[in-house]
Amino acid sequence: MDLFEYQGKQYFSRFGIAVSPGDIADTVDQAVEVADRVGYPVVVKAQVKVGGRGKAGGVKLAQDADEVRLHAGNILGLDIKGHVVHRVWIERSSEIAKEYYASFTLDRPNKVHLGMLSAQGGVEIEVVAEKNPDAIAFLSIDPVRGLDLATARRWVDEAELDQPAREQAAELLVKLYDCYTTGDCDLAEINPLILTPDGNVHALDAKVTLDENASFRHPEWEEFRATETEDPREKMAKEKGLNYIGLDGTVGIIANGAGLAMSTLDVVNQVGGTAANFLDIGGGANADVMASAMEVINSDPKVKVIFVNIFGGITLVDEVAKGVLEALGRVSISSPVVLRLDGTNAVEGREILAPHLSDKLMMEPTMLDAARRAVAFANA
Amino acid sequence: MSIFVDENTKVIVQGLTGGQGRFHGLRNRDYGTKVVGGVTPGKGGTDVDGVPVFNSVKEAVEATGATASFVVVPPKFATAAILEAAEGGITFIVCITEGIPAHDEAITYNRLVEEFPGVRLLGPNCPGIISPGKCNIGITSGDIALAGGPVGIVSRSGTLTYQALHELSQKGIGQTTCVGIGGDPVPGTNFIDCLRAFQDDPETKAVMMIGEIGGSEEERAAEWIKLNMTKPIVSYIAGVTAPPGRKMGHAGAIISGSKGTAQAKMEALAEAGVHVCNNPTEAGEKMVEIVKAL
Ligand SMILES: CC(C)(COP(=O)(O)OP(=O)(O)OC[C@H]1O[C@@H](n2cnc3c(N)ncnc32)[C@H](O)[C@@H]1OP(=O)(O)O)[C@@H](O)C(=O)NCCC(=O)NCCS
Repeated sequence: MDLFEYQGKQYFSRFGIAVSPGDIADTVDQAVEVADRVGYPVVVKAQVKVGGRGKAGGVKLAQDADEVRLHAGNILGLDIKGHVVHRVWIERSSEIAKEYYASFTLDRPNKVHLGMLSAQGGVEIEVVAEKNPDAIAFLSIDPVRGLDLATARRWVDEAELDQPAREQAAELLVKLYDCYTTGDCDLAEINPLILTPDGNVHALDAKVTLDENASFRHPEWEEFRATETEDPREKMAKEKGLNYIGLDGTVGIIANGAGLAMSTLDVVNQVGGTAANFLDIGGGANADVMASAMEVINSDPKVKVIFVNIFGGITLVDEVAKGVLEALGRVSISSPVVLRLDGTNAVEGREILAPHLSDKLMMEPTMLDAARRAVAFANA
Repeated sequence: MSIFVDENTKVIVQGLTGGQGRFHGLRNRDYGTKVVGGVTPGKGGTDVDGVPVFNSVKEAVEATGATASFVVVPPKFATAAILEAAEGGITFIVCITEGIPAHDEAITYNRLVEEFPGVRLLGPNCPGIISPGKCNIGITSGDIALAGGPVGIVSRSGTLTYQALHELSQKGIGQTTCVGIGGDPVPGTNFIDCLRAFQDDPETKAVMMIGEIGGSEEERAAEWIKLNMTKPIVSYIAGVTAPPGRKMGHAGAIISGSKGTAQAKMEALAEAGVHVCNNPTEAGEKMVEIVKAL
């Protein structure tokens, strides 16, 4: 789950990482009220989960209430790369002497954590990595040992941060690592991390991605989840515990497991169709989950046919079959359904459906046959 | 021969008394796997359909001589169970649990490497391993596999592992061993581990490798193949048509920017001499050709 900048900053604060004083606003009046409270000059920043906000006019400096009114008025409702701004973050403007970059993420090939630190912050780190890779100090961190202050001190030396920033930066990096690990982040990134003329180091931006698998030990994440703006189909699917991504085609797809679901998209595409969605019912789905999946797909007006592609492992095919019948009984499924069922309890599953097969409910022996049949309906 | 397991492998099931542990543990036993015990803290002394349950891995190993473990324990407790297995003397651990936090996986993986260098972890979030006719540890339905070789399978995606087995078995081609390595960010066993074992296994004559978008494991495997692999490999990468920037279920299956795309992986593998196919069926057909020509 990606956080908005303001949520990232709130999260950072919990781990003692310094951020500028500020607050959120959803209306122009609120924006002025917040700005009056934090003190001028302020920066008004669009809260959208996409890069390039500054260039799009989503970040503005305001000297007084009138300017806040003007900028907040322009930014709220602004469309930045398809993301409409509903909320702004207002914070006290910081004087900047230097801009740095710092982040932690998992180094998947080496199975350790990777810290990246650069004295060249404020620009996209990908650009720095390409044009001037020596400007990034990489640090591999053994997840068992973690990051201590002594190592962080050597690291800021190596990255050649300005002398007055080094001690504070080292301390902040240890806190950021704590946020990354104890806070269960997939990514914790600060760009820019700034040094002010009076010698203070703090985070001017926050990019945080949380690991949803760790939700069970973070009840406080509930408030972040509440602000997730989603496609209504995706929202409905999530409520039912399904892994759904809306696409633009006409073949509705239901499969078990991410790999098979992706493969189903591939095959539908190869035989001349287009997928309306990606839907993975997950491992061990029961009849009710399957029925919900059918309902979600059915609610998509673009769908002309539903392709159910199941290879049972931990998911039992007879449960899937029951789910299909349950869905057919519960709601009127408007599109024809093409099934391909294999794996654990497939024989039982096929038997359950056999008496119900018709020109609206069809079974094919292989994934490719089923894809061809489904696409024939979709393109008819 | 098979890799990692064989007909003599003795297996305990951690979580045998739970819903899935019972179902799949007993299915594994019925397949012919030597399932010699189960472990659930607090339930020692009971049994599940005749399989004795112990309070700890240590006790189970002492009583049964098991060397392998099947971990079917919910995400919250799974990494503790994996470490308990290693501490208890198990050398091959299969964990199917889905939804373990990435940081727990990272710590567990590195602790295993540092403290238990002789232990191999398969998974988490994987279907397990099956050596047809000999041993099945995990959630793969045994009836879709065909004994006798000559093909080894390694796959990153659960259900596509079954699909791969099915494609080959349907065409009358047997498997030596099929390993599902799982799609989580920190897999205990990776493509290269399996490719190396298949290369060294005299009965495996060809390998089917199923990858998916995200990460760079397939690219790394391609590098290794170029230098070390002499046996033919057929490959399929799922997610050719996946829209960029979206996370498709597995923590692994995310593409951001150009790296990690199916295209990049397919090119790297093709360049290493792998037969790259567009879907599982095509991969199965290609394997038929290869096996016929052996
Ligand atoms: C692992 C998983 C299957 C467990 O689900 P489950 O069987 O429904 O869970 P249950 O709660 O019924 O059983 C878990 C058992 O483990 C036991 N357990 C907990 N901690 C344990 C430990 N450290 N050691 C041994 N057993 C433990 C529990 O006590 C419980 O047994 P009980 O019911 O007798 O008390 C589930 O969490 C999961 O990950 N499902 C998805 C699997 C999947 O699709 N994987 C990907 C395949 S590609």
